[in-house]
Amino acid sequence: MIVDRRLNGRHRNAVNRERFVRRYKDQIRRAVADAVGRRSITDLDRGERIDIQRKDIAEPFFHHGPGGEREQVHPGNKEFVSGDRLPKPEGGAGGSGGQAGDGGDGEDDFVFVLSREEFLEFFFEDLALPDLVKKRLATIPSTRSVRAGFTQTGVPTNVNIIRSLKSAAARRRALHAPRRGELASAEEHLSALEAAGSPADALLEAEAEVSRLRKRLARVPFLDTIDLRYNNRVQRPQPTTQAAMFCILDVSGSMDESRKDIAKRFFALLYLFLSRAYDKIEVVFIRHHTQAAEVNEEDFFSARDTGGTIVSSALTLMEQIINDRYGGDDWNLYAAQASDGDNWLDDSPRCAGLLRNSLLPRLQYYAYVQVGAFDEQGLWREYARLASERPQLAMRKIASVADIYPVFRALFAKQPTCAPA
Amino acid sequence: MRPGLISNGSEWNFELIEAYERAIAEIAADYRLDTYPNQIEIVSAEQMMDAYSSIGMPVGYSHWSYGKEFVSVEQRYRRGEMGLAYEIVINSNPCIAYLMEENTMPMQALVIAHASFGHNSFFKGNYLFRTWTTADSIIDYLLFARDYIRDCEQRHGEAAVEAMLDSCHALRNYGVDRCKRPAHLSPLQEQARQRTRELQQQAAVNELWRTLPQRDAEPDPGTAEHFPAEPQENLLYFIEKNAPLLAPWQREIVRIVRKLAQYFYPQRQTQVMNEGWATFWHYTLLNRLYDDGRVDDAFMLEFLSSHTNVVAQPGFDHPRYSGINPYALGFSMMRDIRRICETPTAEDRAWFPDLAGSDWISSLDFAMRNYKDESFIAQYLSPQLMREMRLFAILDDDRERAYQVAAIHDDAGYRRLRSALAAQYDLGNREPDIQVWRADRRGDRSLTLRHQQRGRRPLAAASTEALKHLASLWGFPVRMETVTADGRVDAVNEAQPPR
Repeated sequence: MIVDRRLNGRHRNAVNRERFVRRYKDQIRRAVADAVGRRSITDLDRGERIDIQRKDIAEPFFHHGPGGEREQVHPGNKEFVSGDRLPKPEGGAGGSGGQAGDGGDGEDDFVFVLSREEFLEFFFEDLALPDLVKKRLATIPSTRSVRAGFTQTGVPTNVNIIRSLKSAAARRRALHAPRRGELASAEEHLSALEAAGSPADALLEAEAEVSRLRKRLARVPFLDTIDLRYNNRVQRPQPTTQAAMFCILDVSGSMDESRKDIAKRFFALLYLFLSRAYDKIEVVFIRHHTQAAEVNEEDFFSARDTGGTIVSSALTLMEQIINDRYGGDDWNLYAAQASDGDNWLDDSPRCAGLLRNSLLPRLQYYAYVQVGAFDEQGLWREYARLASERPQLAMRKIASVADIYPVFRALFAKQPTCAPA
Repeated sequence: MRPGLISNGSEWNFELIEAYERAIAEIAADYRLDTYPNQIEIVSAEQMMDAYSSIGMPVGYSHWSYGKEFVSVEQRYRRGEMGLAYEIVINSNPCIAYLMEENTMPMQALVIAHASFGHNSFFKGNYLFRTWTTADSIIDYLLFARDYIRDCEQRHGEAAVEAMLDSCHALRNYGVDRCKRPAHLSPLQEQARQRTRELQQQAAVNELWRTLPQRDAEPDPGTAEHFPAEPQENLLYFIEKNAPLLAPWQREIVRIVRKLAQYFYPQRQTQVMNEGWATFWHYTLLNRLYDDGRVDDAFMLEFLSSHTNVVAQPGFDHPRYSGINPYALGFSMMRDIRRICETPTAEDRAWFPDLAGSDWISSLDFAMRNYKDESFIAQYLSPQLMREMRLFAILDDDRERAYQVAAIHDDAGYRRLRSALAAQYDLGNREPDIQVWRADRRGDRSLTLRHQQRGRRPLAAASTEALKHLASLWGFPVRMETVTADGRVDAVNEAQPPR
């Protein structure tokens, strides 16, 4: 007998694999942390080779250790004769010429590859989207009406004519069937009587029978209420799993390439993080010096402008974009701002005002990172004051590339801290 | 296409596979091969990896160790370090053989001859398989085991079941009856008895470990202290029946692991014979197809190229040498037996008087049915083959500073060489001989095991871990003692059950 099993389930071992990964979570987590240290952050979005020490995952069993005496047979003798003595290799017992399957596996690591999903799962393990759950519960999910077959009850506007007539036809045919035969034979009988010129009472009787059957057939209604079929529609909830992410970057003269690189990596990480929580993410890039502009990703990171800095220009533009494109409850809005902290002195209070009054109430989270600079200028002080009263605003300083990930984790730690650093 | 040819080209389809199966079956019947009915299943590479990592079984319970196996197989395959086996065959009735869809037609024919006729007839004929396995019910038992363990996971939690399986797996090589022959049960009886067994066993254990001693049953301490009366080699069986603290479902899991270990026990003892037999028959059957004009030269070239790879035996000093290739040794020995039967030399007549000149088909069949690797080599390894393979034995004694060449392929060495190679395939020699010596029923309830040393070989340090698993099953301290060749008893180590 030959059976084609190719269409049967693959991945029969998926559950076993998952159990394996769960059992060695600690080792794998360590390996993931190592990998994150090695990799560039723009390169995080792929799987990872995991090395686990073989002794950690060995399955123990009773077996012989080295020592004692043992005799092994080998093939391919060339010049040995009985009684020859061959010096043992220096440095250690064992090495008895390849005893296979004596339980002593090599000491090399057990290596396997985590898929991209598994890797990111570990990567983001104890991070959580701030207020994501709250927003989900708070918003009434919108629903959409979708077709769901046919029902026998409904309102007249929903009558499905084809279906209804089909079932009427079927019913009529079924109810007619037994009488049609009788009618045919009665009619035949009648015409036979007529042809034979039978007596009138016999004719009358036959005619009465024919008309009785015709009446019975006519009594089967053309359309009955049980024939009616209605189009059925159900409301299916549409969870809002879309997000918009605003990246605000200071491109004034004081932001050099290395600072922009740090900012870029931070944005990349945020994007990666959000893309795990939402089906659909739109990214809006806003760069600013004294004026703000919405640009595409390439221009966002490449071009460099000179001049001073007015941060509120970017916030105003962001507010405008939200009003134009992301109004309503359908969007989860996130914003991340990277700057070196320079701002026109009288502009910082304006920024804080804009955030407090019009932006923060609509945003899930606003993350501010100050790159490269440690001094706390006007913008930092204003933000710090605001952050102490609004948990949606979080802020940190990033000095070098190595800080990005720790800062990111701190910003998005499972219990969001509202205190500034 | 020449008339008579079954196929040409490398593409296969279901009709062709059927045609080959029929053609090979006809020839196999000619050679009096007795097989279970065949069930040939075409699988993809992924499914093959799946089957690989669940020890080839079509159904199995879930455990992380299979996941580990799968991950490593997948990894090596992806990186091209390892080709997948062309086939996996299951000792069941009907005999299930998996064929990979990637194989070419000649490869599929090779696999059919190898697995569906070679291995299949071995499973059906060899005494170990006949004694220890029930091909009719193994699939049903696996289903029962999977469902039972899944049910346990739901009732008692995955962690508890996993810990239980870990411990049992550590001891599964010691879950085998080497001497006793269990009575066979149908799977239905098995299931029906399972429930009553739970109750009975618990009752028996309760009786055994009753804390209130019965005064009248107090025998004199000299004999009473010794339980079990005789050393027990089947550790898992002893645990299942006597461990004081296990819950009924845990005993059933011990039993499942033990039963499956028993099922695989014959395979571990007949590697050389099984593969040698299957290789010999695919070689013989396909050559006959060629002689009959059923396959063409291209087919044979492809077949021979993979056959040669399978039976390659690099010498001890070759970089790829990793011990004796069981396919090569088995195949050579089977061919050698046929040679001795058909064209014996004077030497063969002296060494194998009964075999020389006999009917090779029945002689080979007899050898297949009545031996395992160890006894097969001890009986049939001929001087001529030892010379051909240029075998030599190396003695490694840790008290000496040098290895000694103990025997080579010459008149003085044949017998020593043969018994050394046979001993190498003796499971009792490869695995430490560990038996339950004493369960202290009145004192600290500890369990004492004895390791009977052979050739002064000690237990590996890693055995401590296995001992811990035993302690967690037993529930009380477990001690290991080693008995040396001169009868001295040394305590090796002790494991406490986890608290």
